[in-house]
Order: sequence, then C-alpha cells, then structure tokens
Amino acid sequence: MTTTTRPRLLDRRLALHPQVALRPEPFGALAYHYGNRKLVFLRHPDIVRVVNSLDEHDTLSDTLRACDIDEARWPSFERALTSLTASEMLHDRTG
Amino acid sequence: MTALVDQLKGGLDAPICLTWELTYACNLECVHCLSSSGRRDPRELTTDEAKAVLDELQELQVFYINIGGGEPMIRRDFFELLDYSIERGIGVKFSTNGAFIDAEKAERLAAMDYLDIQISLDGTDAVTNDAVRGEGSYDTAIRAMNHLRDAGFGLFKISVVVTRHNVDQLDEFKALADSFGAQLRITRLRPSGRGADSWHDLHPTNAQQRQIYEWLLAHGDDVLTGDSFFHLNALGEEPLPGLNMCGAGRVVCLIDPIGDVYACPFVIHDEFKAGSVRDEGGFARVWKSSELFAELREPQSAGACASCGSYDACQGGCMAAKFFVGIPLDGPDPECVGGHGEAAMLAASASTKPRPMMDHSKPARVATPDRVPVTIGRR
Repeated sequence: MTTTTRPRLLDRRLALHPQVALRPEPFGALAYHYGNRKLVFLRHPDIVRVVNSLDEHDTLSDTLRACDIDEARWPSFERALTSLTASEMLHDRTG
Repeated sequence: MTALVDQLKGGLDAPICLTWELTYACNLECVHCLSSSGRRDPRELTTDEAKAVLDELQELQVFYINIGGGEPMIRRDFFELLDYSIERGIGVKFSTNGAFIDAEKAERLAAMDYLDIQISLDGTDAVTNDAVRGEGSYDTAIRAMNHLRDAGFGLFKISVVVTRHNVDQLDEFKALADSFGAQLRITRLRPSGRGADSWHDLHPTNAQQRQIYEWLLAHGDDVLTGDSFFHLNALGEEPLPGLNMCGAGRVVCLIDPIGDVYACPFVIHDEFKAGSVRDEGGFARVWKSSELFAELREPQSAGACASCGSYDACQGGCMAAKFFVGIPLDGPDPECVGGHGEAAMLAASASTKPRPMMDHSKPARVATPDRVPVTIGRR
C-alpha cells in the first residue's frame, strides 16, 4: 500500500481560485467565491499582497520571501492561508 | 470584541449585504410587511435607472445583492434585471411569495448561475401561515417549492419570520426544508412597516425568546438567520453563530423601489434615509459620504444600557426595533431579554413613537355610496 503525503503548505504551489474576486478594504480585502458563495476576510494588507503574488513564485515560502515577510511572521501566514485553502479560496495550481 | 468587528463597525468601501426592494407592488398584504407594500409607486426606478445602479454596484465590487419588494417578480423587467446583474458578476438572492413561479419560470430560474431564491413562509400549515400572509398564500408557497424541486433548482431557501404563533413549529420548518432539499432561514419580527401595528400581538414572548435561543444553539450551524437574533446573546454564555453586531450603514443598506437609500431594510423612514441613487454621484456617493452613514460608523454610546453587564453580549439590540416603538436609540431593545424593554416602552410617550412612512398599503374598501363600486382593492 502506498501513501502519498501532502507537502507542507510552505512547499505548495498555490493560486487564487479563478472563481474568487478580491475587493480591497481598509483592513485588507474581502474575498468572495462565486462557486461556493463563501465570503471571507483577508485581515491584513500583507496577506492580500502575498495572495496576489502567489502566481509569480514557485512555492508559498518563495512568495513570502519575495514579499519581504519576516520569518517570525510565517506561522501566522501559514494559519491564514491554511484557512483560505480550506474555504477553497486558494487551490493548488498545476502550471 | 474582535478586531474585525471593530473594523466592520467603521464601515466598508462598499456594502457586503445590499438589499434592493424592486417594487412596492405586491399581490399579498402580509400584516408584518417591513415596507408596507401593496401598491406600485409611480416613481419606481425605470429599467434603465435600475441597470445604471447595477453598473455602479459592479464598479464597487458588490458581490451579490438581496432583491425583495413588494413582490419583485411583479416587475415586467424582473428577468431582464436578473440577467443584467448576473452577467456583471453580481450574484442575486431574491425573496418571493412564490405566486409567479410556475413550471416554466422554475425551469428558467434553475438554468441560471449565481442565483438564490428565498420563498417566504410563516407557518408549516395554512392556518398559521395564512393568518399572517393572507388566504391561499401557504398553498402558493408550497406550489412554488414543488416547481423549483421538479425543475432541479437545487438548494433554495425557506424564509420564516418567527412569531408567537409559529415558534413551536421550528422543528417542523426544519423538517419541511429538509424534505425539499432546501435551507431554512429564520429572522426576527420587527415593528417596522405594517409590523408597527401587528408587532405587539405577534412578537415572541419572553419564554419563547429563550426557546429560540436554545433552538438556534442546537441548530444554528444549519440554519441561516441574517444575524438577526444577536439581542438573544444576553441569555447565556454561548453566543449564537454570527458577527453579533448591527450592520446598518456599515456593511448593510437598503435601496427602496424609488431609489432612496436607507441604513437597513427595517428602517424605511426619513430619519434613516441617507440619500437617493438619483442624486448626483449616485449610490457610491451616498454610501461613501452621507452624513447619516458617517454617524452610524462612529462608535455608538451604550446609553441607558451602559451599566448592564450584558451590553457586550447583546450590543443594545436592534436600532429599528427601538425606533418604531419609540425607545431612544441608546435605550434597550423592546425585546431586551433582561426585561428592560417593557419599562422603556412604557416610558416612551405617544409623541416619540414615529409613524411608518412610505405606506403603500392598498386602500381598505370603504362603503362610499356616492362612488361607482370598483373591483380592485382589498380582498
């Protein structure tokens, strides 16, 4: 029996789901998923910046580095992005 | 209180939850109608004006709108506006009594994306429902639900205003929704519109409020409430699901059929009118710069409730409910679970109790021997 272990979030190639729209707000942004109709809050402008640059980098850790996010803050970004994958706002990109 | 709620209280760049009553015309005359609907207003927004509002909402990135009335399907351009909105990425949820959903319309609705339908029903039997919504309205709603199910619409919603007379039917409502593969939504009765006259007879008793709270704690995750029961949070340690805040003018607002913008769907009154989409600058200017909305986005005073240990839990309740029974806006909710509402209502003199405005109720049929009898009017 083979088991496939999912790579940890930092190593995944993530992207904003094509059915998700981001609306800038003073606290960060609102994200709305037209498919599952979930509405979530991105509660810091840095999270919005990271989410918007996912496409340009190989993995999440590359993105965080490119966005100049201090490594001390990475755990909180991992938590935020984990919840965004759970609500399908983010998905794994194949390309 | 969370940082997010604090930020939301300061207002957003555009509403999250925008209600748009498309018409005051209605085939029914529910005794608790928030908008006192019945007759069409001749000043109603034209198709072109309505489309211009939708263009603006697209620009503001409003993700979805809640359409109501009156009965919105009465408008001849209903489907045209629905298509126009959805093409622009603005999802639509509309509330209807179901009278105009036949097999063909159900098919048409089922074929659309980004569309939710809410069928209003206030009793799980005709006697309970029709006492509030009018004779035959139970059968009409059930017929519409059957059409939606047969057309494969999927997950529509059944929307219930909780009253003294249907509070014991909450389990039955849930079972009814489940049997249709539908989702149940329950909301709070407010003394707005024609509800100003019927509220005293219809609103849940104190014992029933606890019943609603406990029912929601048990079923809240499967049931939608539009966050309308946050005043019940003072009943226990465990808060009900939701944001527990009044969103009026902050994340919520109402556009009425003639384009006037109000702070929320429950306060159609000059006091809470922020402007009109017909004004220079349109809806965006009203949302961003109206004085009323700026005031509502300021930190609110706890007023008479400041010394009460439950204020953090209940937030002083619903602004609209207080306003229409004559309680000052920084006073307790008329249904305050701590019992402070009764005294506040007694203290409110008749002069502080505002009359609802914009009454579009159909005229009562009065015997007038000097006039030719007509067939329209109250049935």
